[in-house]
This record gives sequence, structure tokens and C-alpha cells, in this order.
Amino acid sequence: MADRNFPVIARFEVRRRAYLAPDGSPLTELPSLARNRERVVSLYRMMVLARTFDMKAVSLQRTGRLGTYAVSLGQEAVTIGAASAMRTEDVLLPSYRDNGALLWRGVKMEEILLFWGGDERGNHWSGPAHDFPPSIPVGSHAPHAAGVASAFKYRKEPLVAVCLFGDGATSKGDVWEAMNFSGVQKLPVVFVVNNNQWAISVPLQLQTASETIAQKAIAAGFAGEQVDGNDVIAVHAAVAEAVEYARKGGGPRLIEAVTYRLGDHTTADDASRYRSPDEVKQRWKEEPISRVRHYLVAQMHWSKSEEEVLLKDCERQVDQAVEVYLASEPRPAQTMFDHLYATLPSVYAAQRQETSEW
Amino acid sequence: MPELTLVDAVNLALARALEEDPNVVVFGEDVGVNGGVFRATNGLQQRFGSERVFDTPLSELLISGLCVGMAAQGLRPVGEIQFLGFLYPCIDQLVNHASRLRNRTQGRLTCPMVLRAPHGAGIRAPEHHSEATEAMLAHIPGLRVVIPSSPERAYGLLLSAIRDPDPVVFLEPTRIYRSAKDLVDDTGEALPMDVAFVEREGRDITLISWGAMLKDTLQATEELSRSGIEAEVIDLATLKPYDEQTVLGSVAKTGRCVIVHEAARTGGFGAEIAALIAERALLSLLAPITRVTGYDTIIPLPRLERSYMPSVPRIVAAARKTCEFG
Repeated sequence: MADRNFPVIARFEVRRRAYLAPDGSPLTELPSLARNRERVVSLYRMMVLARTFDMKAVSLQRTGRLGTYAVSLGQEAVTIGAASAMRTEDVLLPSYRDNGALLWRGVKMEEILLFWGGDERGNHWSGPAHDFPPSIPVGSHAPHAAGVASAFKYRKEPLVAVCLFGDGATSKGDVWEAMNFSGVQKLPVVFVVNNNQWAISVPLQLQTASETIAQKAIAAGFAGEQVDGNDVIAVHAAVAEAVEYARKGGGPRLIEAVTYRLGDHTTADDASRYRSPDEVKQRWKEEPISRVRHYLVAQMHWSKSEEEVLLKDCERQVDQAVEVYLASEPRPAQTMFDHLYATLPSVYAAQRQETSEW
Repeated sequence: MPELTLVDAVNLALARALEEDPNVVVFGEDVGVNGGVFRATNGLQQRFGSERVFDTPLSELLISGLCVGMAAQGLRPVGEIQFLGFLYPCIDQLVNHASRLRNRTQGRLTCPMVLRAPHGAGIRAPEHHSEATEAMLAHIPGLRVVIPSSPERAYGLLLSAIRDPDPVVFLEPTRIYRSAKDLVDDTGEALPMDVAFVEREGRDITLISWGAMLKDTLQATEELSRSGIEAEVIDLATLKPYDEQTVLGSVAKTGRCVIVHEAARTGGFGAEIAALIAERALLSLLAPITRVTGYDTIIPLPRLERSYMPSVPRIVAAARKTCEFG
């Protein structure tokens, strides 16, 4: 490397944002959102709902009533913190572990169940029609976010694309290429990295030697910030600032939300094969939901009865969704052709007919 | 001789290859500590060390590109792609590099690599986990494409693939990863690639298939046999380059042919076989060639996947119709 006789031509820094300690106590001056009881409760409610739903989905899978399911446990602050920082007209490009974001955006739980239950109709959802379906091939949707943001820029619309993906995705060219172009074009896009430490069995240190994922943005020419991904206030505040910055034409940002995947990768995975129960136990102490609850109790007079009502309400909502899902009739086989093209080419009419004959 | 599943047979062949050749290295996503999401590499890292069996970052392009570089250096890399639906970032490496390194350098550099990937539907997997796009890969000149149909064949063909001096894409049918068991002896004996296996002899009709569909095709022959139709069944096994002589010889004998594959029909590998027969054995044919395939639509999510895939009744009906022709 060049020695000190040569000039330094660039310096960078990466900051880490956190507002709430694991016990819910404020670490620093809180943003205005945190002083608005109604808004904090709405975040908390959605986090509890997402977790209640997640637990239910796992038990449905275990009893053979749902397909392989990607567990969201512990990701509630990232997904809900990010989605709550968007406007409805903004476009969400989620990954497969982002149910919290989908729920915040208005996707119904029975629709999420339908998708994981093996029915495409789950993606024809009640959430914003312009949002993307969850991307299963890891990171492959990051260039779509750049494309969506390019469309906004082209039409001079004050809108923002928000793209969620995990730490594993940052190893893929797709993500880098999307960031690179977004930087060059100053696109209105926010990349939110759900850094949950594990890509199935591969830990972060085998994924990247970079000190932070946030700093990967610097090479693409825009700012990256790390936040405590178990602190919904921090995630929301960081993403909200980034979204508004992008909306005003400032260009992209990357928010690395550091959290932990408390569950298995999916119901087909057994994380005990590659990480110790002790590690997971330790990480439970930092989990995002009890943190908000402690904060609400200590700072916002959140009462036991309010808590009980909320929990019961979430359970009722989940149960209702499960009922709707379980009652859904399979779609007729020939519908597998219905959305192949805008108009089914006549050459496929016979095949479509054939599907219903067997 | 132990009774092994197909995934165990893959594991055994990998262990054998690692044992016999220090140049063999095995890597991919989750293949190390976790032993692969299907456990195909289970125990290999413990046994052969993390320099030879290791986890890569999450990047399929990287896995395939590493294979090319290592292979050119004389190693024998075996890369794992977790599901065929995630292999597409490797297409650049396969089409532009792996398949043509030998040709580009006129033999100065070669590419003895194996890229393994699960293949096909039928395990109620999530979106993008049920692909059967073997024809796309078999279209690439310079590659070998292999799909075993049983544990025994998986063992022998994978050893062949690893020992082969050229790049091989090795597709493992997930539907039969654990459903069937064979007695597999770890003799280190390879099965030949580029050779089709006559699975069952018969005089009336030739049924050609590969991978998981072979089982359904064989099942169909039982019902056909009950109605007096004796079908010959060919397991194509290697799609690229494939054993034309066995196909043509069988059709010359039976005069009738049904090709079965779960991939979509248009441009599927069945079209290639039908074209070969039309070109070289037209006058042996007593009936039009029939394909029983997946439909020309996206493989549906699990609720409808069985309606998409060829079923035993569909194969039986096609074979009967072909036999009744003329």
C-alpha cells in the first residue's frame, strides 16, 4: 500500500444509530415518533401481530397445512420499521422474510398463507397493487428497485422504492450492480439490509470480511448507515430520513439493520445443526418486541389490560385469517394458464384444456 | 452392500472422489457445517476438512466461476447450486466460459468441473424450487448434462462426471432423493456417461424418460403390460451428448415412441429426440411420436404442481393411443 508520503484522497465514516436499549430505556434523545404514543403503539401492535402470525404459520406447517415457510421471528423491527417509513404510493420490493412489511402495507394474513400454502393467488393481494411480490431468488430484486426508482425519476414523481434483502444477498452481484447504478443516477431508492447474521447456515463472517455492510454503499457513491435492527424506533427513523432524502432528489441510501434470525431459516431447516442454542438464547435478550413493550410500559403508561387486549386481538385476527385460508378451495388446474400472457396464445388452448382432463 | 437413497449415493460418490483424488474440492451454499440443505454433503467437511469442503458466500455466479478457475488450474471442483431455480446466474459462466474454455484455447486450458443442482418438482417446495430446465442446459455445446434416475445410477454417474475432463452439469431429481433405495456398493466403479440404459425390454413401444419421471414411466409399463402392451423403457441418463444409437435401435424395433419429461413441452428435450427419430428412423415409425410433458406454463406452486407434471395415467393413455394408431 502507498505509504504516508502519498496524500489521503478520501475518508469515510459509518455511524450506528440506536435509541432504545434492550430493556427499553432511552439511550439518547428520542425522535419525535417515539414521543407519540399512538404511533409507537401502532408499531408495537403490528410487531406483535406479525409474531403471532409467524408462530401460527409454523404450527400450520408442522401439522401439514402449509408448505415450507420462511420464519420471520426476530425480524419484526426491521420489516415494520422500514415499511412504516414509507408512503402508500411508494413501492416496496420485499424479500421472503418480510411478512411484517407486507402486513403493514395491508397484505392480508390469509393471502400470505395462501402463497406459502402453494397458491399464486396469495400474491394477488390486498396490499398496494404496485408493490412487488416477495423475491425468492436472493437479491435478484435489487435491480428491480433501481428500475422502479428510474421510472419515478423519469416521470418526475416524488416517490421512493424501498428494497429489503438480507446479509446473504449483499454477496450477490445483483445487489452491487443495483447499488452502483442507483448511485450513478442518484435514484430515489433505499436499500434496507436485514442483517440477521445468518444466510441459512452461513454466518456473516463467511459472507463478508467488510466491517459493516453499511460501508458497501460508500463504494457506490452514497451514504450507508447502520442501525440497531432490534430497535423499531431506530429502523423507522433511519429509513424515514433516507426515504425523505431520496424523495427530495438526494439519491439512494443504504440502511443496514443489525438483528438476529431467532428462528430456523425455514421450516425445512434445523438451525441446531450449525449454531449453538446458547447463542440463540443470548440473542433473545435483544429481541425487538419486548424492547418496545418495556419502553411503552416505562415511558407511556402502557397498562396490563391494554397489553392483554392487544394480544387477544392479534390472536383473534390470526385465527380468523387461518380460517379463511383453510377454507380456500384449490383453484382449477386450467387456471395455471390464466396469467401466462395477457392473452393466451391460441396454440396453448389445447394444453389448457388438457390440464382439466386429468 | 448398504441400501442407499439417491441423496446418500451422491454423498457416497462425493466421499469416494474426495478420497481418491486430492484435487477434488466440494463447495457451495451450506454444504459445509450444514451438510447441504438436502444433506448431500453431510459429514464431508468433518471428514475431509474445510479446505476441501467449504461454504461459499451466497452467490451462485461465484460458485460456477470459481469452478472454472479451479478447473483450469487442474483441480476437480464440484460446486453445488442449492436449487436449479437459482442456477441461472451461472448461465454466463457455463455458456461463455466453462463450455468453451477448451475450444477457446484449443486445448491449452480445460475445465473439468461439475456443477450439481437438484432438479424438478413434486416435493411441495416454494416458488423457484421446482424447476426442470435441463433442455436449456443441454442446448449449450461443450457441456455434459446428466440426470440420474436411481441411487445406483447417481453414484456411478457422479463419479464419471467428476473424473471427466470436461464440464458436467449434474442434475439430481429431488422427488426421488429419498423415495427409493438401491443396494450401492462403494466400489469406485463409474457408470458411463453418454450412454442410455435400457431399463426394461419390450417389443411394442419405446418409452423414453430420465430423472424422476423414469419411475412413473416404469409404473406405466405395468398397466400397459396388463393390457398386452410390452413397452421398452429407456433411461436417457445423459442428455448431452446423448446416446442416439440406443434410441434409434429401440424405435427401429418397436416402431412407436412416447417421450416423457416433466419440463415444459416447447423446446423441451423431447423435441430433440423426436427430431432425431424423424430424421433417422422415420420409416420405422408405425405411429406419430408422442410427448407427455409438463405444460407450456410456469410450474405452478405446490397446490397445482401434480396437475402440471406428467402422471402415470397420462403416460399410459399416450402409450395406448400410440399403440392403437394405424
